[in-house]
Amino acid sequence: MRVQLTINGASREADVEPRLLLVHLIRENLLLTGTHIGCDTTSCGACTVLLDGRPVKSCTVFAVQASGRTVSTVEGLEQNGVLHAVQEGFTKEHGLQCGFCTPGMMMTSVALLERNAAPTELQIRQAISGNLCRCTGYVNIVKAIQHASATMREAKAEKEPATAGRA
Amino acid sequence: MIPAAFEYEAPTELAEAIDRLARSGGEAKVLAGGQSLIPLMKFRLAQPARIIDLNRISGLAYVRENGDLRIGALTRESDLEESAVIRDRYAIVADTAAVIADPIVRNLATVGGNVAHADPANDHPATLLALRASVVARGPRGERVIPIDDFFVDTFTTSLAPDEIVTEIRIPRAQAQSGGAYIKLERKVGDFAIVGVAAHLQLDGKGSVATAGIGLTNVGPTAIRARHAEEALRGRAPDDRAIAAAAEAAAAESQPVADLRGPAEYKRDVVRVLTTRALRRAVARAKGGK
Amino acid sequence: MAVEIGGIGHSVARKEDARFIRGRGNYVDDVKLPGMVYLDIVRSPYAHARILKIDTSKALAIPGVLAVITGKDLVPLKLEWMPTLMGDKQMVLPTDTVMYQAQEVAAVVATERYIAADGVAAVEVEYEPLPVVVDPIKALLPDAPVIREDRAQKNNHIWHWETGDRAGTDKAFAAADVVVKQDIYIPRIVVASIETCGMVAKFDKVEGHLTVWMTTQAPHAIRTVIALVAGHLGLSEQKIRVISPDIGGGFGGKVPVYPGYVLAIGASVLTGLPVKWIEDRSENIQADSFARDYHITAELASKKDGTMKALRVKTIADHGAFDAAANPSKFPAGLFGVITGSYPFEKAFVEVDGVYTNKPPGGIAYRCSFRVTEAAFAIERLVDILALELKRDPAELRMQNFIPPQAFPYKTPLGWEYDSGNYGAALKLAMDKIGYAQLRKEQAEKRSRGELMGIGISSFTEIVGAGPSKHFDILGIKMFDSAEIRVHPTGKALVRLGVKSQGQGHETTFAQIVAEELGLPVGDIKVEEGDTDTAPYGLGTYASRSTPVAGAATAMAARKIREKGRLIAAHLLEASPDDIEWKDYKYQVKGVPAKSKTMAEVAFAAYTNHPQGMEAGLEAVDYYDPPNLTFPFGSYICVVDIDKGTGEIKVRRFYAVDDCGTIINPMIVEGQIHGGLTMGLAPALYEEINYDKDGNIQGGTLMDYLMPTSMETPSWETGKTTTPSPHHPIGAKGVGESATVGAPAAIANAVVDALAHLGVRHIDIPITPWKVQKILREKGVAE
Repeated sequence: MRVQLTINGASREADVEPRLLLVHLIRENLLLTGTHIGCDTTSCGACTVLLDGRPVKSCTVFAVQASGRTVSTVEGLEQNGVLHAVQEGFTKEHGLQCGFCTPGMMMTSVALLERNAAPTELQIRQAISGNLCRCTGYVNIVKAIQHASATMREAKAEKEPATAGRA
Repeated sequence: MIPAAFEYEAPTELAEAIDRLARSGGEAKVLAGGQSLIPLMKFRLAQPARIIDLNRISGLAYVRENGDLRIGALTRESDLEESAVIRDRYAIVADTAAVIADPIVRNLATVGGNVAHADPANDHPATLLALRASVVARGPRGERVIPIDDFFVDTFTTSLAPDEIVTEIRIPRAQAQSGGAYIKLERKVGDFAIVGVAAHLQLDGKGSVATAGIGLTNVGPTAIRARHAEEALRGRAPDDRAIAAAAEAAAAESQPVADLRGPAEYKRDVVRVLTTRALRRAVARAKGGK
Repeated sequence: MAVEIGGIGHSVARKEDARFIRGRGNYVDDVKLPGMVYLDIVRSPYAHARILKIDTSKALAIPGVLAVITGKDLVPLKLEWMPTLMGDKQMVLPTDTVMYQAQEVAAVVATERYIAADGVAAVEVEYEPLPVVVDPIKALLPDAPVIREDRAQKNNHIWHWETGDRAGTDKAFAAADVVVKQDIYIPRIVVASIETCGMVAKFDKVEGHLTVWMTTQAPHAIRTVIALVAGHLGLSEQKIRVISPDIGGGFGGKVPVYPGYVLAIGASVLTGLPVKWIEDRSENIQADSFARDYHITAELASKKDGTMKALRVKTIADHGAFDAAANPSKFPAGLFGVITGSYPFEKAFVEVDGVYTNKPPGGIAYRCSFRVTEAAFAIERLVDILALELKRDPAELRMQNFIPPQAFPYKTPLGWEYDSGNYGAALKLAMDKIGYAQLRKEQAEKRSRGELMGIGISSFTEIVGAGPSKHFDILGIKMFDSAEIRVHPTGKALVRLGVKSQGQGHETTFAQIVAEELGLPVGDIKVEEGDTDTAPYGLGTYASRSTPVAGAATAMAARKIREKGRLIAAHLLEASPDDIEWKDYKYQVKGVPAKSKTMAEVAFAAYTNHPQGMEAGLEAVDYYDPPNLTFPFGSYICVVDIDKGTGEIKVRRFYAVDDCGTIINPMIVEGQIHGGLTMGLAPALYEEINYDKDGNIQGGTLMDYLMPTSMETPSWETGKTTTPSPHHPIGAKGVGESATVGAPAAIANAVVDALAHLGVRHIDIPITPWKVQKILREKGVAE
């Protein structure tokens, strides 16, 4: 079947079997290998991508279901050579070790901060509870997201007066 | 893990979906959120020849309160959790949505799928039993409203005809002096319930229990309505004694079996403990608390 | 200056993060080669069965299926068995009998991953079930079915190992005032790193050359093993290149050679095509190497005043169907002999018996330096039981008994020489930081109100850094490790190591060691690992040995460079080499700070203006054989609250004081401790692999194998003391596993402490809510 989707802003097409999992479309057909596979049971979240802006586990979605929709993966976070605040946060706060869960964890974090700019620690822990990490013990992941939250809010605060000025 | 091959259809009209389902001769599976079905397919425990994907059909995802509360079958759990009307007026439903699987799974998982899958470990069924909800199904012969008490037949088996699709959940409108709560004990976040208890109470003018609804998750072949426990509360002030009696009755009505989530005896006792806690929270909410 | 260098002691941001946060890591499943085909494995549904027939015809009829490999196909190649590190042998594919559920039965090679999976589903195998033994204690009974008919010895006993003074220990027990005894079962667990195992094998028929990309923690050892196992097929070591790319977590699970690897290589040789094999999660949990599964009976003898005198331990070790533990050759029970822990026992005796059962093979793969977790758990539980017996505070009893700081180096009754330690300081710091006295008050108040709160301590001693080569080898290969440093003319450096990071941040920490030793900025130093064609030979990363061994090799290699540099600096400064000193990261003429040369200047001269008669260039290699192991230690204090209705345990606080000697990168060390603590929490409360009586695994997916999420995991609190190792060039001891070794006992001790007033002395891990609630009901205190 023909699948057409927008991934990280680019329109892509592929001819696939209906049973092809979205994660395999992303990794094998579109060669975006930043999205990983860690389990078969929607337990680990290593394959988390944003589907129309919401985090989903791409090993539990058929590629055909994503046709006509928008997918964002870790490869799309950096824009024009500028890291996303979440990427900055993860490296500054040592929120990753082996790096395998990291792309999925970051995609969940990006979606969280878009919905809730200033989450509490509990809200962060709840939001990432579908993403398993075997290395970090989560403490520094929480800090990484808090770091990103703070920088994103600062950036917004800097922008907003200018916007107000124009209005 | 790789699913077996299948043919895929994604109709844009409900009528078309029903028609295709009816003509599939039982070989098709309906795909909603897919968060239970796709893992089963990856393990090849389910190998449907045909998948009818409902996700291209518009108008099946909504939460509306007009008369009763109506939840479209394709409403995602995360939308349910965030719905203002659910949060403000149907706290028991918000409780339930918030503990299903994990937050990412909830972005795809649907209310209709949770109910239609009829897994005794799923969380909505107990809550819907407590709330005396009904399930709306559409098939070639038109629409049916199935009282929830008649919906669950056995594990993974409902009273839906093979060519019927769940389209909506209806919950009686929240009344003053009513409240409910769902409490789930899980081995870890994201897990199915060891035990889940849904309790809903309608108090009368004197503060006694007019009607009670109690549903139990994962302690029987289907979600169980604890009728004796409800009985133990009716007409009584919901004090510690009445609650204790109801909790004992619920434990007695539960039918747990030993598995990786603990021995049967343990689960039975947890039914008692969680029923107590859920009823206390329901009373507090019926009296205007959170 | 020091900050710019980014040397030892600085929380330098990790170099490896740049690719990981962009999704540009290169893990095995990311490797894609032209013409690559896929391998998938048929596995046994039975724990013990005779294979009557394997019908591959339906699988072979699927378009795209290229081959189905069975055990019989491997016989002419003499590849149906492979040797294990413990002198046993292990099936690659069975020719006759399967011995555990999920064992490999056949392999399907196909053009696509999905077709390979279809092929696996289409292979039909007829089995005749055989009697199953899952309990190692029953396996030792005379009438138990014999699992390994291939052995001369017709029973399930593998080996007996003992250490210490049996008679002296018995005598000490007979004379003791107080003896406490406890049966402790430490259940089977698996690491389940988020990346499963896998390989891409590419055999070049023309050159006879094999390249493998592989999830391995020990690439060089693997290359040698391949040469030993398949040398008769022409795979000689110079024609084998093992590449360990980015590894998504190892924790010991990526040390062993699994049949899947051998099959992928075999399939590439057979088809002449590159072959990819990637495990799925169920295979990873159900068939890969396990850890623990120790049935321990431990006894401690003490004086009435609490002075610990003697320790006696008997253990049955379940090794599954093959003894494929990855221990050093002479240590079938690993370093379990560190069980005397932090206490100066006069006498000790430990014996372990290895047993076959119908379960997957393995033995140490869970962030544990060769059975040290079992040892630490047993001794730290036993000390708490003694405290209960003597009605003593467990902190105070530990303080009374600790090996005192002045006793180091300290020789244990089981033969280890602890390098350095200050156990009392670590425990005191932990007690101060968590507010121990206040917590005890709170507990007493809560207890009087009927609430259940517990405080648990674990003051463990680790043993890492294998090892001195006179005692430690793997397949005869001495357990040294290596570093090679090349300083380029412009003062930049390339460092290559025999170890292999799986998330520990080697690209950063090893650069920091070199930065410190050579005065080059950490950003100018590139670290490479994991390619046997380029890296010096080393034994790999496991058992917390990278810093103790390869870290030492790195410092020693750097010092060789510094020494040569001194001669060059003398030449440049027109001074005698004896007058040149290394100070403030520079070569200086003694007493004349103005006359100095940087390493970069010296490096340039090494290629452009070196002294006559000296070899050009500035590089060095060091193969480091440590004089002793290192002995990191720590004291952990855990606070738990227990729900009296459901039996749920909530870890409210956990304060960890670790002492791993000199710290290279505090940020990375803290991260290692956080992760290690979480892998200590997991088996204490959640993780367990169980089998029913027929050998069926109970819950072989991540739905039932309960890896803690962010919600179960507490916000770990950490602190440190620093007691350098006297024999390590930079005083570092290694830290990767300490927290996993130390944490389970602290948590179990806290839970038991919460229930101690009810007469509870021990609960086997994982301490599930139902185990707790059963006790509460029996004691009449349940809600």
